[in-house]
Amino acid sequence: MARRTGRGFGTAGPGEKLLRYGLMLVVLVLTVGPFVWQLSTSLKGLGEDIYTRTPNFVPADPTLANYGGVADTIPVWSYGRNSLVVAAIVVFGNAVGATLAGYALAKLRFRGRRLILGLFLATLVLPGEVTIISQYVTVRGLGLADTLLGVALPGAIGMLNVLLMRTAFMSIPADMDAAALIDGANVWQRLVHIGLPNVRGMLSVVVIFSFIGAWDDFLWPLIVLTDPENYTLTVGLQYLNGTFSANPRLIAAGTMIAFIPIVVVFAVLQRFFFKGVEEGAIKG
Amino acid sequence: MTHQRWFTPWLLVAPAAVWLAVFSLWPSLNTVVLAFTNAKPLGGGRFTGVENFARITDDAQLGDALLNSVIYMVVCVPLLTLLPLLLAVLVQRKLPGISFFRTAFYTPVIASAVVVALIWGWVLEERGLVNGLAQQLGVLSGPLPFLTDRWLLLLSAISLTVWKGLGYYMIIYLSALGNVSRELHEAAFVDGAGPVRRFFNVTVPGVRNTMALVSVLISVSALRVFSELYVLSDGTGGPGGQDMSVVMLIQMYSRGFTGHLGYASALSLLLFAVTIGPMLLLLRLNRKAA
Repeated sequence: MARRTGRGFGTAGPGEKLLRYGLMLVVLVLTVGPFVWQLSTSLKGLGEDIYTRTPNFVPADPTLANYGGVADTIPVWSYGRNSLVVAAIVVFGNAVGATLAGYALAKLRFRGRRLILGLFLATLVLPGEVTIISQYVTVRGLGLADTLLGVALPGAIGMLNVLLMRTAFMSIPADMDAAALIDGANVWQRLVHIGLPNVRGMLSVVVIFSFIGAWDDFLWPLIVLTDPENYTLTVGLQYLNGTFSANPRLIAAGTMIAFIPIVVVFAVLQRFFFKGVEEGAIKG
Repeated sequence: MTHQRWFTPWLLVAPAAVWLAVFSLWPSLNTVVLAFTNAKPLGGGRFTGVENFARITDDAQLGDALLNSVIYMVVCVPLLTLLPLLLAVLVQRKLPGISFFRTAFYTPVIASAVVVALIWGWVLEERGLVNGLAQQLGVLSGPLPFLTDRWLLLLSAISLTVWKGLGYYMIIYLSALGNVSRELHEAAFVDGAGPVRRFFNVTVPGVRNTMALVSVLISVSALRVFSELYVLSDGTGGPGGQDMSVVMLIQMYSRGFTGHLGYASALSLLLFAVTIGPMLLLLRLNRKAA
């Protein structure tokens, strides 16, 4: 390989590498710094001044007392369980509902297919906030106001996810299906043995984003839930912030309880996500 | 298709179709119906004609909210169209450890807006990190009221939105950059074009459609902003409720004894009216970029 003067396009020279790593470190401080600051605040004891002008990112005497403290102030663990219940319903609903409908819309011919597809597409121009009030009226009418099921149900089959799964199934060559048909495979067998193995990437993207979306959601549970017993983590944290803003250590501990699980989930699954990006799964 | 009974496809589509009808189509229609009633959060509702729409025209708080949306858009669109593109170019090369940096830059996106806004509230409060550091370095002589001043609060929420959005749009650009012809870059390189010229003459034209797509996406999300303003202002909407967004007003009227679902629905229709243009544009651009 030629060096220096003859260095080809496509390999980074030492100067470029240095510049890139330097800039990336600056961005890293800006994007991750606030999270580290919050983590550090959550680990500082009552005896440590958290308002120093020169920020101390390393707690002098790290303690987990604030995590116990936040649990004494609000039922943070049961809020976490509530968030988990909602997220589990949403993930399950989307994984199953979007897969089934996506497959039918991509691979089966039936009357009304184009109409259904058009209606799914039409919902995409509607921001969720526009229908959130009548959504609430619907949920209330079903007797699900102030329940976790009421929070989870509307998002349990996302229209966008149906369309994403349809796109994934469409990219499976028709020959494969035809071969299975000749072998006498029925719809279910074709879905399970030919469809599913070929859409794993998109399915994992749908699962990851259903989980993140449900776990992070704020506006909808804020509208549906009224009894503090039923709050999800995000609503509970905002409630904590409004009531006990005197101690930032507790709020910091609370935010970490909401933040760390999502980071773990994403860190474990991120290779599927970035693979999906390279395959063009993520678009606007 | 001899093996397929006529109802099999419908069995597969049924759950999604029910959801479409109950949680999407019906609420869309019902929003229009509710907008002409005085429905309350605790039930009821009587036809009141165009009363809610008359109220829209002289709602001073709504005027502020719309002004906030315009400012949000004007600041966010250029920043979030350009910065994430630069970021994507920065992390495009597959250097050792690059997936760590990409994941790290994406972290603010996966965190809940509530978590992020609580962190920023702590960083920006009167005795927080930013005020402390700025005074320590002599940039400020006294603390700035980032969270209690009408304009500073809006600015804080906007910076939070920009910060949280960087990674999201970076990923969209990263996906688009993969499709920019490598030969063009190479040819420009051979012709002696430096990195800056190659950025403007090869990269930017190559992702022009994506840039258009991203800027429309940002406009729509600026109109839909809620959590940042809500959490940073503790749900109050800032001094005199002047830092509300349209969605915050919708939420406010959805609750409690003073709530008014009819008026909230009229506001929802207003939100629809201002987002439908960009949304349709988005669908077209998406097809073009794909």
